[in-house]
Amino acid sequence: MASQEQKNVSSHTEEEQLDETPLPTPAPDSESGQAATSGVDELLDEIDGVLETNAEEFVRGFVQKGGQ
Amino acid sequence: MGAETEYGIHTPGTNTFNATWLSTQVVHAYSLETGHRAAAGGETRWDYTDEDPLADARGWVVPRGEAHPSQLTDVEPELTAAQIALEGGETIDHAGPLMMNMVLGNGARLYVDHAHPEYSSPEVTNPLDAVRWDAAGDLVALAAVRRIAATPGLPAINLYKNNTDNKSVSYGSHENYLMPRQVPFKDIVSGLTPFFATRQLMCGAGRVGRGQDGSGTGFQISQRADFFEAEVGLETTIRRPIINTRDEPHATAEKYRRLHVIIGDANLSQVSNYLKFGTTALVLDMIEHGTAPDLKLADPVATLQAVSHDWELSRTHRLADGSSLGALDIQWRYLEAAKAHAAANGSSHPDTGDGHTAAVLARWEQVLAGLGSDPMALAGQVEWIAKLKLLQQYRARDNMGWKDPRLALIDLQWSDIRPEKGLYYKLLQRGAMERLLSDEAIAHAAQQPPEDTRAYFRGQCIQRYGPNVVGASWDSVIFELPSQRRLQRIPTKEPLRGTRELTGVLFETSPDAEAFLGRLLAGSH
Repeated sequence: MASQEQKNVSSHTEEEQLDETPLPTPAPDSESGQAATSGVDELLDEIDGVLETNAEEFVRGFVQKGGQ
Repeated sequence: MGAETEYGIHTPGTNTFNATWLSTQVVHAYSLETGHRAAAGGETRWDYTDEDPLADARGWVVPRGEAHPSQLTDVEPELTAAQIALEGGETIDHAGPLMMNMVLGNGARLYVDHAHPEYSSPEVTNPLDAVRWDAAGDLVALAAVRRIAATPGLPAINLYKNNTDNKSVSYGSHENYLMPRQVPFKDIVSGLTPFFATRQLMCGAGRVGRGQDGSGTGFQISQRADFFEAEVGLETTIRRPIINTRDEPHATAEKYRRLHVIIGDANLSQVSNYLKFGTTALVLDMIEHGTAPDLKLADPVATLQAVSHDWELSRTHRLADGSSLGALDIQWRYLEAAKAHAAANGSSHPDTGDGHTAAVLARWEQVLAGLGSDPMALAGQVEWIAKLKLLQQYRARDNMGWKDPRLALIDLQWSDIRPEKGLYYKLLQRGAMERLLSDEAIAHAAQQPPEDTRAYFRGQCIQRYGPNVVGASWDSVIFELPSQRRLQRIPTKEPLRGTRELTGVLFETSPDAEAFLGRLLAGSH
């Protein structure tokens, strides 16, 4: 890969770079911020309710044959 | 234009079933759902007469002996119980026939391709209709899944609109664009390559994992990027090329070529899918008229993958002239050229334009501007950003690293086509994903063909005279009439004929296939 393409990550490993990325969290003290946070909580609760049980086993079991 | 989607197929809790057999059950289930099979007394056979998968757009034909077996898509797949037994895996003998192919009343094709069920949309004339009839395919797949779930004795089958199992296997979602044959293929390659390496910023579906086997850590923009190994080529299953040279026009070959695009991700997001078709069609129009930007990447395959891995949009990519540009800058160059091109030919004019180009240009510009200022604000439109936002919300709540299997599950379950399980659909139901089309409009498209292409002719033939249609393809419909010993093959080589305008009255006034064919062949329409 061209050296230019890596110049911005040279001081980090990929894992660090990803984990340092600021997460999109709203400002803590504002009312809209609190509303957004409870909206996110509610969304994640709903998704928790439909996610397949035993994530590791489910993902491991998803094996496909070749395609185009 | 048109779309093809190969669905990931899975029976939860077991890997013992044969994937090809499972795929035949999807086709069979949908045929029971529509009743079309019962009408025709068997599957609709595909007419392979005009298939030519070894013709290369660069001007030669690959000898059959040198082709990979998976490239020989012009022969009827011999699917017998014995062959499935050779492939291995369980089947259930009494479950139903090994059904490989259906032509649908909406003009689409539903069939078994490389151990996956595939829906190929009917031909459409604009990007919004491409989104509409591609989304209709997800309803077709859903109807099949529902039917299988309600059938005692069959295993539950899940279908996923994604492109990889994250274990080295990828399966495609292809786009097809009709082009005048006189456009030199080398212009297509040079004009499209930088665009294809970077359009994933708008239409990538997002992926957890890096490398073909997904073992690398982290998120990336595209499902497909890591599976591409060549710049130009004929193959679609091995050594996948950024530009595919398959030259099967499925139309009058002297006038047209069909550009077969294999690099795209399957999209659930309507905005991403819309931009995928809309911007690509505009770039092809620029190439046809010599107005595409003059850009050449130093290493297109490496750049394609670097762009996919760089979801923070921080890197630049080397051009052949030694300079460097960011992926977003490359997209801006294409957009500016497209705006000038459309202004010059009048297609984007608000009153006298074609009714589509102005909307595509406006959305393209809005998304590029958003990518440059606040990408997360595009989470309601751009699929990879929507998926990334959800993943980041989970990571923040549960303090997860990228290797947590729940993130891989979220990536996979994003594309479950069942609205009660698919995470894309969960966001859609909450109003978090923008709709370009109503649910009713998509449901209508699952039943009815587009009215402004030959797909109208094909779909109406299946709907009205299905019992007499023994075969069909993109450019033919084959009838068998009780009064005639010979089959009657009706060619449909012109994609913009066979429209409702040209044939609607004929269909509406012909009570049966006999009357229809008699009048069609007498030229009385």
